[in-house]
Amino acid sequence: MTARHRISLTVNGDAVDCEVEPRMTLADCLREKLDLTGTHLGCEHGVCGACTVLIDGAAVRSCLMFAVQARGVEIVTVEGLADENGLSPLQAAFRDNHALQCGFCTPGLLTTAQAFLSENPSPNRAEVESAISGNICRCTGYVPIVDAILDAAARLRAKDPA
Amino acid sequence: MKPPAFEYFAPTDIDGALALMAAHGDDARFLAGGQSLVPMLNLRLAAPTALIDLNGVAGLGEVVLDDDGTLILGSMTRTRRIETDPAIAAANPLLSHAAASVAHVQIRNRGTIGGSLAHADPAAELPGVVLACEAEIHLQSPFGTRTVVAADFFDGVFTTAVAAGEMIVRIVFPAWPKARRWGFREVSRREGDFAMVGIAGWYDSDNNGRIGTARLAAIGAGDTPVRLLATEAALTGNAPTDDIFAAAAAAAMNELRPGDDLHASAAYRREVGGVLVGRVLGDARDRRT
Repeated sequence: MTARHRISLTVNGDAVDCEVEPRMTLADCLREKLDLTGTHLGCEHGVCGACTVLIDGAAVRSCLMFAVQARGVEIVTVEGLADENGLSPLQAAFRDNHALQCGFCTPGLLTTAQAFLSENPSPNRAEVESAISGNICRCTGYVPIVDAILDAAARLRAKDPA
Repeated sequence: MKPPAFEYFAPTDIDGALALMAAHGDDARFLAGGQSLVPMLNLRLAAPTALIDLNGVAGLGEVVLDDDGTLILGSMTRTRRIETDPAIAAANPLLSHAAASVAHVQIRNRGTIGGSLAHADPAAELPGVVLACEAEIHLQSPFGTRTVVAADFFDGVFTTAVAAGEMIVRIVFPAWPKARRWGFREVSRREGDFAMVGIAGWYDSDNNGRIGTARLAAIGAGDTPVRLLATEAALTGNAPTDDIFAAAAAAAMNELRPGDDLHASAAYRREVGGVLVGRVLGDARDRRT
């Protein structure tokens, strides 16, 4: 048993404190200490992408990072994407394009796509396919997911013309 | 699975990190981007008793471009920065281009060049590029610093010249002439997977338009990234024609000595490696600069 560390994190805009063993991954900390179970864990070794969260705006595997390493950064999980008005444009596009079925991969795909669209607001289909290459879906199929991300890009451009 | 228990340290300078490593010895590991080490912890393939996190160590993430064109990357330079920083792309376009083939964006956002070199997966992209570019790896220990050239750095699968207690502090890429021709290709089952085989290469032309110096490195084709010395020699002094490139592809198929594994047979890797040599050379010649 190693010493526990008291850490302060910023998650979805809120400052939170918790106590963790060093070996607790950020994903487990989010789920078990902070009750943010929207972040899913599939493979726990960086292959499936289900645990993707945003760290200072960049998509990162939360199973390959320890909670003690997340001090001083801004963490956004899938719970942080919607606002008081409801689903974000990206989330609404996923719903409208039937881009989820069982929903297990969805949090990771949403966070990955959120970071991607902030860097590339007008992607083509091949760029979207490449952007989500690190996220495995086993039921919906990738075609409606790619459709949804392209649709979300169009909605975001219409909402906030550059 | 979950990683085994370890003590965690977050030093803020290189000396502090080296002192912690000296104190904890062989059971401690440096934690860079964590994109190879943490999977090994989660799968319990590694069980260090202490992790010394380099993410907060001052200076290791610095990127410096010297006046003479030498590119110096701190060991904690993230792969995503190598891929996207226009200054790095201008200073070494082969490195920047190949970085985009490293795993997936989520991995590139955390993974570092120093971590990739220390891990030394024989199919990894950055070790192959470091070898092709004849970069130098700068190591530091409590007893001083030393430099290892890329050709002497990789000893075997997951094994390097880094000694116990040493840290990779920076990687130094020699100046890259503007007119240099270069290419990188790999073949993997899916985008972002480790390459079954890949080729990084470049050549400089002499005053008569013939190939002067050429460098070719293969990944996924042995226990370490490997230079294709015989193929390079077959290029030197020749015009960059399709016939010469086809001869180079055949020479590479002859020279490559890859292994078998469940991803691909040795024969398949040899053939694909040769084909990629031909394509990389064609890319190099035909790319608009």
